[in-house]
Amino acid sequence: MEKTAISIKDLHVSYYGNEALNGVSLSVQPGNVVGIIGPNGAGKSTLIKALLNLIPKDKGDIKVLGKAVKEVRKKIAYVPQRNDIDWDFPITVLDAVLLGTYPNLPIFRRPKKKEKEWALECLQRVGMEEFKKRQIGELSGGQQQRVFLARALAQKAELFFLDEPFVGVDVSSEEMIVKVLKDLCCQGKTVIVVHHDLSKANDYFNQLILLNKELISFGEVNEVIQSEIIERAYKGQFAFMKEMGV
Amino acid sequence: MAFIEAIMQYGFLQKALLTSIMVGIICGVIGCFIILRGMALMGDAISHAVLPGVAISYMLGINFFFGAVFTGVVTAIAIGFVSQNSRIKHDTSIGIMFTAAFAAGIIIITLLKSSTDLYHILFGNVLAVRSSDMWITLAIGVVVLAAVYLFYKELLITSFDETMGAAYGLPVRLIHYFLMTLLTMVTVASLQTVGIVLVVAMLITPAAAAYLLTDRLWIMIFLASAIGLISSIVGLYFSFTYNLASGATIVISATAIFVLVFLFSPKHGLLWKMLKVKKKRASLI
Repeated sequence: MEKTAISIKDLHVSYYGNEALNGVSLSVQPGNVVGIIGPNGAGKSTLIKALLNLIPKDKGDIKVLGKAVKEVRKKIAYVPQRNDIDWDFPITVLDAVLLGTYPNLPIFRRPKKKEKEWALECLQRVGMEEFKKRQIGELSGGQQQRVFLARALAQKAELFFLDEPFVGVDVSSEEMIVKVLKDLCCQGKTVIVVHHDLSKANDYFNQLILLNKELISFGEVNEVIQSEIIERAYKGQFAFMKEMGV
Repeated sequence: MAFIEAIMQYGFLQKALLTSIMVGIICGVIGCFIILRGMALMGDAISHAVLPGVAISYMLGINFFFGAVFTGVVTAIAIGFVSQNSRIKHDTSIGIMFTAAFAAGIIIITLLKSSTDLYHILFGNVLAVRSSDMWITLAIGVVVLAAVYLFYKELLITSFDETMGAAYGLPVRLIHYFLMTLLTMVTVASLQTVGIVLVVAMLITPAAAAYLLTDRLWIMIFLASAIGLISSIVGLYFSFTYNLASGATIVISATAIFVLVFLFSPKHGLLWKMLKVKKKRASLI
């Protein structure tokens, strides 16, 4: 009965003729927390952006929740990398979370009391309600990430894309984020996370996409973490990876 | 106050006052989005790029508003096209395009042999505002304010996190050019008050002062328009009383407010920050 959350067939993406993704095919079922892992320049963010239809593809077919991305945009929440955000922007924590209600508001309609209460509830789920009146730049890295996670929750999405959510995040925030992501997957939502290394992959994810322009491996975390497979993905960077506790 | 009496007495001064108040308000409002999007230079570019449009309008005998909006928007599109389709960075692309448009405008105006108009377009002459100009400014003001009010949500999200907007299906490119059109309209409305060369100050300075005073966008917008309005009135007063170019006095007034805010803003002001550092260091001794 349940639809496939994401299905990609033979995806090719390039920037001005430079190959970024080459023939990636995979399908993700709902109710998983999936990590996208690979070395720098492996096309991790490119894959997410292609999935969100933010960049043009050269070839291939992408279906999200069984439909074209354009038809299901409002069921997708995206959490950007932390350094893509202007943290001096004049916006409070609660107002930032409130942005998550915008996709479901009709044009010209402002968020009202109902939306504000929902935003506060989402903020509570990440344990940040006491900071609601702060300006977002006054928070620590982990707290900022939690606020953006709350914004994604406010979108009531089926699919969640997070770009490097664990970079520069303290331990308690990290635990909080992992817990929220696992709760989402228990509710049958799908969570896709771009992540830069394999350490803790076991704690964070239950499936892994190992990427290096091509799909190296995809499956349950334990199946993917096999050293020879890792070596293929990272080639020269293998020694460095070993130090990181793989 | 002789100034107030003069306002009561002279129609031209009333028009000047109304026009510059409207300009102060809309420049403040649009300026907030311009500085938050890191497009201050773009504001400068568009304001210069309206010059050929104004010149061509004179030549064709149509209202300068249409020509100005046309060349302003075309320049905005050309800037985007060059930076997106080459390795040329955005600020470089801005520099190339707006100077080209400005230069073309100077040539056209010189050919038309009306150098007095050029001077007024460049530096503003609010005391010479005609009724028709005032009505155009007021109409532009109403349109701009209504647009910002109606599309506040979309402008906020694309200014803060454009990728999120694109991800949930907002036409972010279209919104960018929509804002560029509003910016062009504001520039045109400001032509007679502050002139092309100084419009950018009215866009940026009040908004920047407001940015140092609050952490909420809607408050920033109100503060910026209030600061723009006060600068306009004070500037007009000095312009009238001492017979100075109105654009220059208005801009200097705005700058004075900015300097005060920069020093004494309760949260982001220089003085306050220095006091906090001093207090912290004292506590460690």
